[in-house]
Amino acid sequence: MSALQALLLVLVAVAATGVVLTRDPLRQTFAAGFYGGILALTFFVLQAPDVALSEIVVGAVGFPLMILLALAKVRGGAE
Amino acid sequence: MTRRARLVVFLAGAGGLAALLLWAISGLPSFGNYQGPYGNVLNHVAVGARHATNVVSAVTFDYRGIDTLMEEFIFFTAVIGTTLLLRAQLAEEEEPADDDATDRRTPAMSDAVRLGGFVMTGVTFLFGVYMVLHGHLTPGGGFQGGIVVGTGVLTVYLASEYETFLRVSSPTVLDVVEPAGAGGYILVGLGGLVGGASFLYNFLPLGVTGQLPSAGMIPVLNAAVGVEVGAGIALIVAEFLEQTLQVRKKQQTA
Amino acid sequence: MSVLPYLVAAWLLLVGCYGMVTSRNLVHLIVCLSVTQSSTYILLLAVGYKAGAKPPIFFEVPVGTRAVDPIVQALTLTDIVVSLAVSALLLALTVQAHKRSGSLDPSSLTILKG
Repeated sequence: MSALQALLLVLVAVAATGVVLTRDPLRQTFAAGFYGGILALTFFVLQAPDVALSEIVVGAVGFPLMILLALAKVRGGAE
Repeated sequence: MTRRARLVVFLAGAGGLAALLLWAISGLPSFGNYQGPYGNVLNHVAVGARHATNVVSAVTFDYRGIDTLMEEFIFFTAVIGTTLLLRAQLAEEEEPADDDATDRRTPAMSDAVRLGGFVMTGVTFLFGVYMVLHGHLTPGGGFQGGIVVGTGVLTVYLASEYETFLRVSSPTVLDVVEPAGAGGYILVGLGGLVGGASFLYNFLPLGVTGQLPSAGMIPVLNAAVGVEVGAGIALIVAEFLEQTLQVRKKQQTA
Repeated sequence: MSVLPYLVAAWLLLVGCYGMVTSRNLVHLIVCLSVTQSSTYILLLAVGYKAGAKPPIFFEVPVGTRAVDPIVQALTLTDIVVSLAVSALLLALTVQAHKRSGSLDPSSLTILKG
């Protein structure tokens, strides 16, 4: 295993822990986007460009976008 | 159950699960020593047999085509569910979005944002379509490209009015386009039954390896999935936006 | 070191579950679920990885080049996209639950009590 792969895998574990421990959903959305980016890089160094592309469009763009849209709705209703 | 009790039960369960996982890991081949025969066989055979240079695409849309059909229908069902849950219900009424209201509260948009959004919309759409169409040659394909196109419609909202967004991403149109993509996949599969041997048999001419029109039905299936995923994501985004901007609870008389 | 990817996958599964169990917000819970899900991606890709191999894409690369397993990659990439739609479904359910109970706390969904 290359040092880069090991480093990214450790980063994935740390970032995932960070995402879970971030209790405020709005902050967590950005943490989740960051986590998606690291995950995509990890897939890339695991020689899976197809999966990396999939993870980048979903994890770093699509998923945070959905969360933000849902949060906009529930927060707008609460005020 | 109190939070403390729940945590204690979870920790006990997680401890057991962790032990089982460690046991399972000890039996896995060590990282980097892939053992399975199938991947190696496909890597040697797929390009010659299917004329697709992206073997991942060949697996997704040909060798494991049925599996992808099922995945596609999970996606389809989830989009239907989301749409159903987000459409206005009996207890609610739609009111004009804040953007449309005559006493506009949102500040006017600068020309720079408008132009930037306009350019971005075109580039995003083009990139998404490129990804869908080249799925059988290079990394990409209907799933990834579809998401790029689907989230791309949001730039229309960001760069213009909600009304314009509704014209581009009209739920009435998307309601038809999305199932058309899902149905297209099945039609191609049935084509295999008619023109060859079995469902999802690659019956189209394979063409020259490495050229855009090649690999038989793989680019066609990529396009069908691209249409379905793109329309599905655009539909979800449109419904969430509608919820946020339009639907308010009916004034309760209590 | 050769078990590090598997340990990371196991950790993602456990930490995601921990987040779900202790969550006080349905949106937070859905993000934790996505973390749990990502453990399978790491596991699958790690199983299919070959030391020193190239991606299974032979565009301007001769066939026969040592390449990693394409099947696990096909499984992973479709699941990532499908998971987005499933997350959207869960978020829509959250929006509805919020409309009915006025709260995002899972333990305040008393309507579910038998």
